[in-house]
Amino acid sequence: MSSALHLHYEVSGEDFTRAGEASSSVKKRLKSLGYDSDAIRRVAIAMYEAEINMVIHAEGGYCDVDIYPDKVEILLADKGPGIPDVDKAMQEGFSTAPDNVRNLGFGAGMGLPNIKKYTDDMRIETTIGVGTNLYLTVIVHK
Amino acid sequence: MTTKEIIGKLNLDTLVEGDLDREVTSCYIGDLLSWVMGRAPEDSAWLTVMGNINSIAVATLADVSCIILVENAALDDDARKKAEMHDVTILRTEDNSYSLALKLSELI
Repeated sequence: MSSALHLHYEVSGEDFTRAGEASSSVKKRLKSLGYDSDAIRRVAIAMYEAEINMVIHAEGGYCDVDIYPDKVEILLADKGPGIPDVDKAMQEGFSTAPDNVRNLGFGAGMGLPNIKKYTDDMRIETTIGVGTNLYLTVIVHK
Repeated sequence: MTTKEIIGKLNLDTLVEGDLDREVTSCYIGDLLSWVMGRAPEDSAWLTVMGNINSIAVATLADVSCIILVENAALDDDARKKAEMHDVTILRTEDNSYSLALKLSELI
């Protein structure tokens, strides 16, 4: 199936407070395209968590979004340190976020578990010292 | 019950006025943003002490009806600006979360 719409975002790694711009933009776009609100919420939350992860751990990266009539595919790619133990990172409550991030209300070890919860498919490719690619699929209905 | 009615009945301060006609159908309490984002129900009143800019993003993404800052918690200036930009209603009370939730439960 050909892509109905392709979106690309650079995720700045410098400014923690700007995280969420890509997910907000995708949310608006899906709304204007008439997708159902539950699907929009799931896409937006999964993307925001992933953006926050990129800012906390990887000094930013980029995000490619392909919007199809029946699904949204998202790739979040960074050149960060990689995830040493993916199984551990998937556990609720496990976090390596620094204290300044925790003071802002993040770093609860909910990022990847939330992403998994809100997507229909999630795949992580990570290499230590090279970076992480996170592939997400959310099934949507108009 | 609408946000506007709740403001009147619970005597809340309005710091940022978004869509006050939005219905409030439940209440959620939490300060860890990822936790809240994954669990706060849509159209809920979110009770928290976190008044920073990331709270606004969470409120928008979780699609809550309003943020209620409890125990007179502070609202950062950049958070206020972002809330105005995104039409996120921010209210404030001197009550703690428990007291306010008890009062809310009688209304919704």
